[in-house]
Amino acid sequence: MATVSVIDELKKAQILELLEQGKRVDGRALDEPREIKIEINAIPKANGSARVYLGDTDVLCGVKIQPDRPFPDVGDKGMFMCTAELLPLSHPTVETGPPRDDVIELARVVDRGIRESHMVDVSQLVIEKDKSVVGVFADVVAIDYDGNYFDACSYAATAALLTSKTPTWEMVDDQPTVVEGGEKQLPTSTIPVSVTMGKIGNHIVVDPNGDEWASMDCRVTITTDSDGHIVALQKGGSDGFTQDEINQCGDLSIKVGAKIREQLKSAQQESQ
Amino acid sequence: MGGRDATMVLLDENGIRCDGRKIDEPRKIVIKAGGLKNADGSAYIEFGDNKILVGVFGPRDVHPKHMSNTDTGILRVRYHMEPFSVGERKRPAPSRREIEISKVIKEALEPAVMLEKFPRTAVDVFIEVLQADGGTRCAALTAASVALADAGIPMRDMVAAIASGKVADTIVLDVNNEEDQAGQADMPIGYMPSLKKITLLQLDGVLTPEEYKKCVDVGVKGCEVVYELQKKALHDKYFGNRSN
Repeated sequence: MATVSVIDELKKAQILELLEQGKRVDGRALDEPREIKIEINAIPKANGSARVYLGDTDVLCGVKIQPDRPFPDVGDKGMFMCTAELLPLSHPTVETGPPRDDVIELARVVDRGIRESHMVDVSQLVIEKDKSVVGVFADVVAIDYDGNYFDACSYAATAALLTSKTPTWEMVDDQPTVVEGGEKQLPTSTIPVSVTMGKIGNHIVVDPNGDEWASMDCRVTITTDSDGHIVALQKGGSDGFTQDEINQCGDLSIKVGAKIREQLKSAQQESQ
Repeated sequence: MGGRDATMVLLDENGIRCDGRKIDEPRKIVIKAGGLKNADGSAYIEFGDNKILVGVFGPRDVHPKHMSNTDTGILRVRYHMEPFSVGERKRPAPSRREIEISKVIKEALEPAVMLEKFPRTAVDVFIEVLQADGGTRCAALTAASVALADAGIPMRDMVAAIASGKVADTIVLDVNNEEDQAGQADMPIGYMPSLKKITLLQLDGVLTPEEYKKCVDVGVKGCEVVYELQKKALHDKYFGNRSN
């Protein structure tokens, strides 16, 4: 995901030079994300799905909803889990086999943003307490890469969850059984939006593209909810931020996130 | 981890927390530089009930060779918890959580270590959590900085770390295990006090924009306290009267 080539080193000098003049390689403003395209219900066999294009970064999320045994200590709550995987066809450096640390981080950051926002109301996903609950699994696969998988995967998972339909189950002979005609919207309470910002030199850029991603010194991903609260954060990369920069990134994530949230909302409305 | 006690009072009317601390008071922190015979540098930290041992090797040859970089040395970090370090036995193989924490600690240390002085080599940092009680990544990062300094590896600064958080609607310093399980937010911070740079930052939990800024501020101030203890540990080993 973050392999640096000789070309990247040359591009980095150019990107930094442009930023000194307040410009970005692709002409965007520093606080401007790329165009986001959201294709709802790309996989009709899933309970909910979304293909999201963030510029040329291309990811797909499918949601599967099925009965499961509850975790022993939380029998009064359903389950939510989000994963992310880079497909080998997405980039020449991606290999098959167990995930590398950067992919594990990606999956955990995407999961944490949605989980900590309490978007999926797991208290409504109980079939019979301590016996059977509903599990909601949002699996994101990365298809093509041009930087910032964090936000692309987060938007895909959020859009897929917002438009998911869940069957209803009841216990028959101690087995969860689907109720005919009981399909309903998956209960969600808020719309989490992650905004990833890269630091290149002393400049903060929103939604770094592939070249910026390879050039940046460090990054921070901040997730906000519909109330404009900050619910999750992850710093990454081999440099640090000043306290002022972290405060500035917090403000940026709320401002930029609010616009993206509107887009996710309209995708949800169009699907209904 | 462990059972949750619904009756536990996280913050009483006098502003005293479940373990008797004030809101801006860290747990008891004891850091010892050195201690391991074979490692090039080492440190041991007791951070409340956390007990963590760190050993540093290098700069040394890189194996496998393809990992080496001709421009700079590389830093490798393994954060690992012993199976007996937590309430319920942890499987010994590295979990996804441990792999992520290893990565964030590595990236928190990289800005501090002058790796460019040692091209084609590796510095290995091995972190072993012997007993865990909330806030292990911060305690581990704090001890790892001391172990790197103890190994004599050139550094720009040390990284001090502590978590701030929100407990019973109040921003507090150094979230313990109970507060992490039952609290509202947890924000681990790693900070280089001399360079004024935040190199580790994570958050889970809900904060208003004002609480977010306060949390960062409380954490940074806490790191400055931890920093003094790191320096004292090195001072005690190299200039103090204690035998090592």
